[in-house]
Amino acid sequence: MSKDFTEIWVYLSASPLLGLTVTLASYLAGSWLFKKSGDNPLVNPVLIAVASIVALLWMTGTPYETYFDGAQFVHFLLGPATVALAIPLYNQFQQVKKTFGALVTALICGSVTAALSAIGIAWLLDGSKQTLLSLAPKSVTTPIAMGITEKIGGLPSLTAVLVILTGIIGAVFGRIILNLVRVKDMRARGLAIGVASHGIGTAAALQASEVAGAFSGLAMGLNGIATAVLIPLLVTLLF
Amino acid sequence: MLAALTALLVFQLIGEIISMALGLPVPGPVIGMVLLFFALVIKGRVPADLQQTAQGLLSHLSLLFVPAGVGVLLHAHLIAEEWPAITAALIGSTFLTIAVTALVMKWLMPKEKDDAA
Repeated sequence: MSKDFTEIWVYLSASPLLGLTVTLASYLAGSWLFKKSGDNPLVNPVLIAVASIVALLWMTGTPYETYFDGAQFVHFLLGPATVALAIPLYNQFQQVKKTFGALVTALICGSVTAALSAIGIAWLLDGSKQTLLSLAPKSVTTPIAMGITEKIGGLPSLTAVLVILTGIIGAVFGRIILNLVRVKDMRARGLAIGVASHGIGTAAALQASEVAGAFSGLAMGLNGIATAVLIPLLVTLLF
Repeated sequence: MLAALTALLVFQLIGEIISMALGLPVPGPVIGMVLLFFALVIKGRVPADLQQTAQGLLSHLSLLFVPAGVGVLLHAHLIAEEWPAITAALIGSTFLTIAVTALVMKWLMPKEKDDAA
């Protein structure tokens, strides 16, 4: 009996089915808890899913690569989903056009703040140079951030994780910070979330309103471009 | 749905090709997003099929970040070693960025009739 189970486990743990199923199931569980909590941003579905999968992999001694064999099908959809952000952006185009000057200025201020404050805070607390460099692009979407880190000599796979953590922090606490600084306009709120916490923030902003989601998606795209130009310059100045 | 999904993939593919061919630091999907946006501006409307597929994909956007997030396992050591610097930098910088961006936008933006709802 127990031998049969071991055989089944050996078979399943080598197939992509398990990683894929676990990813979807734990995310569904996270979403269910999020709904149950009355859409409380502290109960973030990504955070719940990541934490429970990490715990599961750790308990079963499954390497990340094995998990990713299955999870890559979900990961792959990030590309077409990024392209799809053009649609809310187009739907809100009139709104975006009206505020374009303000938007670009705010975006550049945010982009510089994100990179400088991340490097500065970590430097004050004795972070290693590799950590500082890997932190610098933490506010932009994963593929751009990894590209930037590679260019400036950080650790791209560490950056990927820091980017996700940043996104979760933005999605969880964004609303609190925005209320604290008393910004109520959905355009400004969406923009700020998109600049600071890319796609995960955008997902949260989309749930709040389509206007916020469109500005957040636009901010994420533009900030990716701005940061890709800015950080290599900053790094040559600082290091 | 199939046509819309294919369209998204085609735009991503064109984006990837442009990004690689020109050696741009901007990844393919972001270029694909910009191209699709201009295509929609030229067309003048969003086809219903594309609207629906995009909505389906975007309503589960945060799911798509889960696999990369689990990658935290790979760097548990490094993060454990430098956790005060990393935690403070991530939280402090994210809060600051949100506040600065939102406030600058609020000050510079043309006023809508009544936003303080």
